[in-house]
Amino acid sequence: MDASMISPFVSAIQNVFSTMFQLPVEVGEPKIKSGHKSTHDVSGIIGVSGEMTGTIVLSMPSNAASSIVSLLAGMEFEVDSPDFADAVGEIVNMISGNAKAEFQRRDVSISCPSVVIGSGHTIAVPTGTPCVMIPCATDCGEVVLEVALRETEAQATEQSSAAA
Amino acid sequence: MKILLIDDSKTMRNIQKSVLKQLGYTEIEEACDGQDALSKVGAFQPDLCLVDWNMPVMDGLTFVKNFRQNDKTTPLIMVTTEAEKSRVIEAIKAGVNNYVVKPFTPDLLSERITETLAKCSIGS
Repeated sequence: MDASMISPFVSAIQNVFSTMFQLPVEVGEPKIKSGHKSTHDVSGIIGVSGEMTGTIVLSMPSNAASSIVSLLAGMEFEVDSPDFADAVGEIVNMISGNAKAEFQRRDVSISCPSVVIGSGHTIAVPTGTPCVMIPCATDCGEVVLEVALRETEAQATEQSSAAA
Repeated sequence: MKILLIDDSKTMRNIQKSVLKQLGYTEIEEACDGQDALSKVGAFQPDLCLVDWNMPVMDGLTFVKNFRQNDKTTPLIMVTTEAEKSRVIEAIKAGVNNYVVKPFTPDLLSERITETLAKCSIGS
C-alpha cells in the first residue's frame, strides 16, 4: 500500500473531527499493524469493494469513544447501547466516504458500518493486505484509524500497463 | 412545512432534526431506509425530503428514482458521504434538487435547505 492510499484518510479524519466535533487531530507516524487483535475496545468497521478492496477501522478506547460520541450526538450514551454503536458507525462512515472521494478515477464502494465493542476482539483483513495504523491524538484521547486496502487485480494491471 | 428525514443513522437524523428545529420546522417524520420512506410518503405527504445515499434495504438513489416516478416537484436534498463529482451528477440526474456532503456544519445544512426551498418556491 503506497502513501497515496493513506493521505486521504489523514485528511478525512481531520476534516470529520474538526467539522463535526470541533476537535483538532494530531496525526502521528503511520505504521504497519501486526496481528489481527483490535487496538482498542471499540471498532467502527467499513468494508471497501470495487477497484479497491479491504477494510477501514476506527479503533477507540471506550472512554475516548464515549467523549467523541457525546460531542457528535449532544448527549451521553451507555457504551453498550444501540445509539452509541450507531454514532460510532456514522463517524467511521463519514471518514471513509470522505477519503474515498480522494481516490480519483477509481470506482470504489463502501459498505454500511458495523461496530464491535469489547476488549481483545479480532478483526480479520483479507490475506496479503497490509494494515496501516494511523495514530491520532485528540483532546478526547488517542484513536487509531486502521486502513487495510489493496487495488483489485484488474485495476493494478491497468495501472502498471499505463505506467509501462 | 412537512419534512421527511431518511437516514439509517439515528444519530444523523437527530443532528438534522436539530438543524430543522432551529430553522423553525417541527413537523418532521423519520425513515430508516428508502423502502421505509416510500411506505411513509403517501400518508405523510412531505414538502421536503433529506435523503442519505448508503442505507440498507433500499439506498437513497433507488428511493429518489422511485419517488420521482410519481412526484416530480417535491424538493429532495441528498445528504451523504458520497462526495465524488460522478456521484453528485448521478444523484442530480435521478432527481435530487441539492446535495450536501457529510461532514457538514449546521450552518451549511441550513443554507442548503433554505436555498433549495427558495429555488423550489416553497415558503416556510
